[in-house]
Amino acid sequence: MSEPVLQVKDLSRHFGGLIAVNQLNFAVMPGAIHGLIGPNGAGKTTTFNLISGFYAPTSGQVIYQGRDVSGMKTAKLAEIGLIRTFQGTTLFKEFTVIDNVRVGCHSSARSGFIGRVLGTDREVEVHATAKAEELLEFFSLESMRDELAANLAHGHQRALGMAVALAADPKIILLDEPFTGMNPEETTRMMQLVRDVRQRGITVMLVEHDMQAIMGLCDTITVMNFGSLLAEGTPQEVRNNPQVIEAYLGSADHAA
Amino acid sequence: MPRAKANIWSWLLGFCLLVGLLVLPQVLSYSQREIAVLLIINVLLVSSYRLMTLTGEWSLGHVVIMGVGAYASALFSKRLGIPVPISMLLGAASAGGVAAILSFPLFRMKGFYFLIGSFAAGEVIRLIWKYFTYPFGGPKGLKLIPGFPDIGSISFFEPEIYYYLCLFVVAVSLFVLYRIERSRIGLTFHAIHWQDKLAESVGVDTFRYRMLAFVLASFFAGLSGALYAHYIGTINPTRFDVEEMVFVLIWAIVGGTVTFYGPIIGVVVLTVMNEVILRSLGFDTARPMIYGGILIVSVLFLPDGLESLIPKVKGWFSGRVKKTGEVLEPEKSP
Repeated sequence: MSEPVLQVKDLSRHFGGLIAVNQLNFAVMPGAIHGLIGPNGAGKTTTFNLISGFYAPTSGQVIYQGRDVSGMKTAKLAEIGLIRTFQGTTLFKEFTVIDNVRVGCHSSARSGFIGRVLGTDREVEVHATAKAEELLEFFSLESMRDELAANLAHGHQRALGMAVALAADPKIILLDEPFTGMNPEETTRMMQLVRDVRQRGITVMLVEHDMQAIMGLCDTITVMNFGSLLAEGTPQEVRNNPQVIEAYLGSADHAA
Repeated sequence: MPRAKANIWSWLLGFCLLVGLLVLPQVLSYSQREIAVLLIINVLLVSSYRLMTLTGEWSLGHVVIMGVGAYASALFSKRLGIPVPISMLLGAASAGGVAAILSFPLFRMKGFYFLIGSFAAGEVIRLIWKYFTYPFGGPKGLKLIPGFPDIGSISFFEPEIYYYLCLFVVAVSLFVLYRIERSRIGLTFHAIHWQDKLAESVGVDTFRYRMLAFVLASFFAGLSGALYAHYIGTINPTRFDVEEMVFVLIWAIVGGTVTFYGPIIGVVVLTVMNEVILRSLGFDTARPMIYGGILIVSVLFLPDGLESLIPKVKGWFSGRVKKTGEVLEPEKSP
């Protein structure tokens, strides 16, 4: 058994009197596609925000590659390979497609200030552009290279969002509802993309509502309800777990 | 080969501009030369302001920062006897340093709050100048600031000669500003403006980049202040008050801030209008009122600024405007 790439230990986050995440524990294994599901308001997105450094935890720890990273800044986490994406189509919509991905190359395209002004950063930038182009090809976006991101179709925008994240060289990528608002055809394509991302040696963790997608895609699923861990296991186990069914559909007793 | 043709045109235009700027003082009267010097200094001020706005934050303290450069440079040369060219650079660096310190409180805020915060910070600096007679000279400010030293028989006391000095310094500064914007640094500034959370998620330290934009903009604003101080020879706190800041804002807004040349067009057009038209009509004391009117008119009828006219003019010249009036070659965004 290898070490988990990401682990949360007794993670809690309170907003005033509201306990959004309560004593949560789970571990994500390297190379896995790990799903985090739960009914609305279960605390999934808060958990994501805690892991990715948008909030500091009230108590508990986030451990990434054996190192306590709780409360670390998002940018710092991104530098060490923990990258998140956002709900919906959060992109630099005013930029061209290629420039979106070039911004994503931020951490790998380092150069000094003087070099930037004098243009001696050329080699670094050529490299970054090549990398961005390779990623566009990977997501079949190369024909839209110079389009404005705002003009892309919804599915393409979502793929571009993943390309931006991938440009930052993640070891683990957190996808926040990657299938929202997609038609079945787009969902199928997106599922394949997520598998392709895993093929590149990147661990994937995702929050999702689309049960069909998540059951077909994940190796392990963590189910949350009211901020706490409800169940964990393979899709098969989770599907047949009576507690999970109750959380989503209400128990048989309550059914009128 | 439209691209090659466009290239020739832009080279030609650049060449004409250069020649025009070089012969300009020869065709102007003495007082007009003085105005030309101030105009060039203001070009640097408003261009540096644009760099600041790239990250999406509009400051109301930029003119005070220019004043920091002016005061610092004046004090370095007057009280410490440092040669003027070096004290100018030190003055600019001081403005950058003040901006670096101000970054810590100010960049806890965004948008409107930042605007008000920068105004407050600027007023604090101005009140410090007013309150402390030593070394800042109090409300009367500093007088007898040493001028730029003569080189051989070339006297920089002459507006004509000082014009060339400013032209050189400002041209180099604009080149640096332009290069910054076209590099990855500029791309990152824009990225922070449009989606700071997304930028952060791929590893951009947004605080550091906001600070970098502020410090760089302040350095060049400080440089423009230093050029001003050693030319006029006297500075006081009122010269850098919020009214002056409003003029900078109007130049930037009327010119437009999407393109590099937008604010420059704004400051040139409004200054020429002010000096040539208003002064000849004897209206120049009504400058604030007329500027206000121009601002309202331009926001209503030309919301994208004077810069938005340039692609159209280009279109007319190359005869490549579609029937709908849309220009075939849209400007590259952002």
